Amino acid sequence: MTQDAHRKIRAMIVDDEELARQVLREFLSAHADIELVAECANGFEAVKAAAERKPDLIFLDIQMPKLDGFEVLELIGMDAAIIFVTAFDNHAIRAFEVHAVDYLLKPIAVYRFEAALARARERIENKSSPAAPKASELAAAARPPAQYLDRIPVRDGTSVFIIPVAKLDYAEAQDDYVALASQGKKHLKQQTISSLEAALDPSRFLRVHRSYIVNLERVVKVEPYGKDSYVAVLNTGVQLPVSRAGYSRLRSLLDR
Amino acid sequence: MHPILGQFRRMVLYLIAWIPLAILLAYLLGTTHAVSEREALALAFPLCLIYAFVCLSAWYPCRVTPLDQTKLSTLLVTHATSAVVATALWILAGKLLAVELANVSAFRGLEKRFSTEIPLLVGTGILFYLLSVAFYYVLLAVEASRDAEARVLKASMLAREAELRALKAQVNPHFLFNSLNSISALTSSDASKAREMCILLGDFLRRTLGLGEKSSISLREEMSLIHAFVAVEKIRFGSRLQMEETVAPEALDVDIPPLLLQPLVENAVAHGIANLVEGGSIRLQAALAGGDLSIVVENTFDPDAPPRRRNGVGLANVRQRLAARYGNRASFGAGPDGECFRVAIHMPAERKESAS
Repeated sequence: MTQDAHRKIRAMIVDDEELARQVLREFLSAHADIELVAECANGFEAVKAAAERKPDLIFLDIQMPKLDGFEVLELIGMDAAIIFVTAFDNHAIRAFEVHAVDYLLKPIAVYRFEAALARARERIENKSSPAAPKASELAAAARPPAQYLDRIPVRDGTSVFIIPVAKLDYAEAQDDYVALASQGKKHLKQQTISSLEAALDPSRFLRVHRSYIVNLERVVKVEPYGKDSYVAVLNTGVQLPVSRAGYSRLRSLLDR
Repeated sequence: MHPILGQFRRMVLYLIAWIPLAILLAYLLGTTHAVSEREALALAFPLCLIYAFVCLSAWYPCRVTPLDQTKLSTLLVTHATSAVVATALWILAGKLLAVELANVSAFRGLEKRFSTEIPLLVGTGILFYLLSVAFYYVLLAVEASRDAEARVLKASMLAREAELRALKAQVNPHFLFNSLNSISALTSSDASKAREMCILLGDFLRRTLGLGEKSSISLREEMSLIHAFVAVEKIRFGSRLQMEETVAPEALDVDIPPLLLQPLVENAVAHGIANLVEGGSIRLQAALAGGDLSIVVENTFDPDAPPRRRNGVGLANVRQRLAARYGNRASFGAGPDGECFRVAIHMPAERKESAS
């Protein structure tokens, strides 16, 4: 495999404020080896542009319309090097501790920008450098403690769906993905079922089986099914397997 | 806790207070001529000592029947019953005492003469008991007013604290850092705009600084603070931010706590406009109705915006400050209304007596 050593680095800027994008654009223009392939003003645009343009480097604002920076990151994965850009956000700093390439605080100092860029170059040039964490892990680390998800962003190609957790019927593990069943449709998301379980409010969602998490509000009844196993019947008519451990968890929750 | 029992100093004072009553009783016993002076004294002091302890029990019915929360009939029945019981006990004790004293040669036959004193003892017994009841009610009233005072003091301390906290939290670091970033962007693209923004930001900060010590400012001053704030944010958000205001001219002189409305506008920008791709508008209305000032701050918002990382601290502060200052004379409501988020405030329209 040969790789063109002088290939330009493809960069993308994501920030809802024009002036904030302008600063980054200006700083980037001093580097001939960097090509600005996209500028986005909100999270939806960012996910779309990332899928289409395949940038190597993304400057990502945290607070934005539609999707925030962490949700964008969760959807586009960690193929690109990410530099968070934020005015004041402790969560961003925590996320950085779990391996974003760097983070920049507004107003951005040129020397900090250059340092972040140098780190990003290093990451891009030897892609195998420190095992990149899963995007969902990063997003989980960024979520304030003791706060559960209230919506799940899902990407399908270049478009984004937002599933409010109240509309999630159940989740099913499928290899590296989870299938999220909501309103008669299934959406695939690259995430482990355990990390999804950890992000959901345990008083509303229960892992009833190695491969299933169910929205407790949807459960109509639980019936025995063969020896030592059960099935949960949802109000949509769907039947989900319930393991013995899942059944005892379900019982202890319902008895409370 | 009994106010006298278990506290040595109070107990001593209480018993001393019974000495004049004992003398009074001895005098009354003497007036019937059924007993001698010596016998009267020998009966009165031990009887009063006993009764002093019996009357300590009057505190319990007093405590469970507070004067202002108990029906008159209940009060009468409760205290009359306990007075009768206490008196009966007392007279029984008196009888035993007389029998004992009769063994002494000087008091021979006292137990018979004692019987003629019973009607007098019933009267004084009930009277003394009711005196104790009155005494305990006074004590409870004093205690209650002391409690109320402490509560008022605590409430005003909490209010002051809330106010200070609110004022300190005012200049939002997000706002400041983002504004500085905008200035940094403008320095190379539009230097005069950068200068303008520096001046607007300076103007806003100067106005907020002076407000820390004031307890109230006119709506006019608050509005110019808001204008300075919005001017800065308009440079940052460009055409995404629109502001409409309808303020009745006669409302401008009303006094309000400083920085009451600016956080609401700031919230509208941060949680409303900033989450909208195309931006939106903020509407501020202020009007007088009756003796009240009513203020509405509305903004368009995206119900599906990304989750909040900072919750409505600003709204909670405003609510707290209104409650601390005006109690139930002010009301505060906030919530979504379709595509709009609306905050509505009603508060007394107060004006300074004279221009300062």
